[in-house]
Amino acid sequence: MKTNFDFDQIPETDWCPGCGNFSILKVLKQSLDELKINPKKLVISAGIGQAAKTSQYVNSNCFNGLHGRALPVATGIKAANPELIVIAEGGDGDMYGEGGNHFIHAIRRNLDIVNIVHDNMVYGLTLGQASPTSRRDTKTTLQLDGVYLEPFNPIAVAISLNASFVARAFSGDMNQLKEILKEAVNHKGYALVDVFHPCVSFNKINTFKWFKDNTYYVDENYDNTDKIEAIKKAFETDKLPLGVIYKNEKNKTFNENLNAYKNDNRPLYKRKVNLKKVEKLLLTN
Amino acid sequence: MKNDISIVLSGEAGQGIRTIELLIIRALKNSGYNVFSTTELMSRVRGGNNTTEIRISNKSIQSFVDKIDVLIVLSKNAIFRIENRLSKNTIIIGQDSFIEDKYKNGSYKIKDIALSSLAKEVGGLIYSNVIVLGLLSGILDINLNLIKDYITSHFSTKGKTITENNINAIIIGYEKGKEFKLEIQIEENETVKNQVLLNGTESIAIGALAGGCNFISAYPMSPSTGVIQFLAKHSEEFGVVVEQAEDEISAINMIQGAWYAGARAMTTTSGGGFALMEEGISNAAITETPVVIHIAQRPGPSTGLPTRTEQGDLNLALYAGHGEFPRIIFAPGNFTDGICLTQKAFNLAAKYQVPVIILTDQFYIDSFQNIKSIDFLGFKVENYITKTDKNYKRYKITEDGISPRGIPMHGDECIRFDSHEHNEDGFITEDYDIRTKMVDKRLRKIDSISNESIPAEIIGSKNYKTLVVGWGSTYGVIKEAVEVLNDNDLAFAYFKQVYPLPNNTKEILSKAKNRIIIENNATSQFGQLIKSHTGLEFNKQILKYNGMPFSLEEIIKKLKKIK
Repeated sequence: MKTNFDFDQIPETDWCPGCGNFSILKVLKQSLDELKINPKKLVISAGIGQAAKTSQYVNSNCFNGLHGRALPVATGIKAANPELIVIAEGGDGDMYGEGGNHFIHAIRRNLDIVNIVHDNMVYGLTLGQASPTSRRDTKTTLQLDGVYLEPFNPIAVAISLNASFVARAFSGDMNQLKEILKEAVNHKGYALVDVFHPCVSFNKINTFKWFKDNTYYVDENYDNTDKIEAIKKAFETDKLPLGVIYKNEKNKTFNENLNAYKNDNRPLYKRKVNLKKVEKLLLTN
Repeated sequence: MKNDISIVLSGEAGQGIRTIELLIIRALKNSGYNVFSTTELMSRVRGGNNTTEIRISNKSIQSFVDKIDVLIVLSKNAIFRIENRLSKNTIIIGQDSFIEDKYKNGSYKIKDIALSSLAKEVGGLIYSNVIVLGLLSGILDINLNLIKDYITSHFSTKGKTITENNINAIIIGYEKGKEFKLEIQIEENETVKNQVLLNGTESIAIGALAGGCNFISAYPMSPSTGVIQFLAKHSEEFGVVVEQAEDEISAINMIQGAWYAGARAMTTTSGGGFALMEEGISNAAITETPVVIHIAQRPGPSTGLPTRTEQGDLNLALYAGHGEFPRIIFAPGNFTDGICLTQKAFNLAAKYQVPVIILTDQFYIDSFQNIKSIDFLGFKVENYITKTDKNYKRYKITEDGISPRGIPMHGDECIRFDSHEHNEDGFITEDYDIRTKMVDKRLRKIDSISNESIPAEIIGSKNYKTLVVGWGSTYGVIKEAVEVLNDNDLAFAYFKQVYPLPNNTKEILSKAKNRIIIENNATSQFGQLIKSHTGLEFNKQILKYNGMPFSLEEIIKKLKKIK
């Protein structure tokens, strides 16, 4: 079914048949549509990689910038115009590798955005090297003897930084993915949605079946506001938990802390500088 | 009556020399004296040896001088670094124990002040700097009540006792200053009282506000950080989003997001931080996102001399970023230009959607001077934002290369910026023909930019045979040197826009038989730029790269020798 976020002409994607990105794209558009979001109010800030290309296939505002830099761009966008709904989207290499420092600090800022990370544990666009989330011993075109680095644990890192919303989904379960994405968009504050998905070309280990067999949903009784419980979940290894792992709504958002919005809630582009006041600043300096 | 004196305060980091400087220059300016002050610091928070030079004159001045008329010694080991600047006329004022015996051989006039014990009488060593402030006020015959008022307001948040102690310190110092009977008197100038006093940092920050800047993100790096600190202080009043970024890469990308969404944004950094921004500059170029970047240069490579000055990053600014694209680089040499050019930078960034860089340096940034006030109502904040309709194309191919810039939620269309090569709608393309057209489109902007380049200012003789060329912060010293030399054959061309070069560059250079380039770097980067654009070479170079600015005496001596 066509959504408000589809183009009149369907763009040709450059994903491999069977790629998990298709499901994420489809569900993202459906979620936004079901939330009745106006595409003109939405901005996708994306980096570079097969996942970041999602931004090219959604009919909305978009800043498809540099590899790793979607979060700083998103920060600038949200701070300049609080009325915009901002999604920062990219892959595991984009967000956790090249953009790792920004990932940490976007969480610390409690930037009111949704950070969607397509996590397939491998680099696709550069044809098959290890990603920060690759499991140990995974052999790749570059890590010929297997990965010997400890995998990056985005869920644990985000919780340890008191992120306001931390979730993990699986592209193979589109209904759950949709529920999680919708909750993330509605959430006030920074929301991480790490989405497991298979890379059919370069990751022969973490396949659709592997994700299916190695994940489970946190149950209804799980209290996702309990930080210690959440951290425990984040470190589970037998089976990896899916769902909203942690929520913390205590902190102000980035925009709520900005002096620029203390006396004026209009977006910056609607304001005019008072030159007389600037002159006075010089005269009384 | 002397009409130009130089006072140097020499002591350790953490002794409050800055407070003395700030208050005395304000008092002097408000008493009708032209002032200029500059500080050289060691890169440490405590100890070492720092000096601040305060020049007072009957005319507007803006250069560092070697000569020291009065040296205030605030600690031990505070003389040897500046020993060669002393003359038989230098008056050295300080506590006897701070002045090494070798200076007491009669070569200098020494005035003793028991600073430590006087300070202890007031309430502790912490009051030493305010005693010195009083001392200077006494020597310079500044109205005691004026300086008392400054002290009261400066320490207003510190409580009654501290304020009272400081007032006592002022009085003790003042009386001591009078006792010395140095009779330093400079001709007053009534108009100076109405002028404004500021430093380089403030010129950039105030210029930014006048340019409509409402967003700044930066990572702290000396000597550039003052700009974001100034805007932080005024963020509520002027509605400025101020964010300390996690690194320079974040800062340059954040300001692009901000411009994209309709803000007028800048970042401030030094060479090392700017090097980290290079990829971001390139991204601004292809996405055609306006950016304003202030680079306060310091000597590199790498950490270099963190607290010193140099004009070594022109090439970095000129060539930063992969790919081929236009940019604009300003290099203000005085604070009036600093305000006006930074103001203009925002308009040009918005108009051409290119990176606009403002190049200053530590000497410029940390110096204070009085300037005539500026008519701010003469400034225009031009936003060049288009309200989009259904025919809108973000990267429309146009004759002058400028594609109207829309912003989200302003008009009918979604706004798509893309870092890949893209078509007019902002979608990825690998079409050879579109690629060529887009490169041409972006590069075409350089013609219009060049046509509005700011010409070099010619100072000195109109019929010059010798032309001295400088850019940025060497303006003050070269100007003063040329004025002192007062030679009918000599002129100074001050470039405040260093890229694209003003269209008449070749013309003004060809008129001279003898061309001299003065730069605070080792390889004459601007000279090379001029040569590559005009084919004209310089006969002589005066270069300095030890971390210090040129002194007036140095430039006069060298110009005399080689002219």
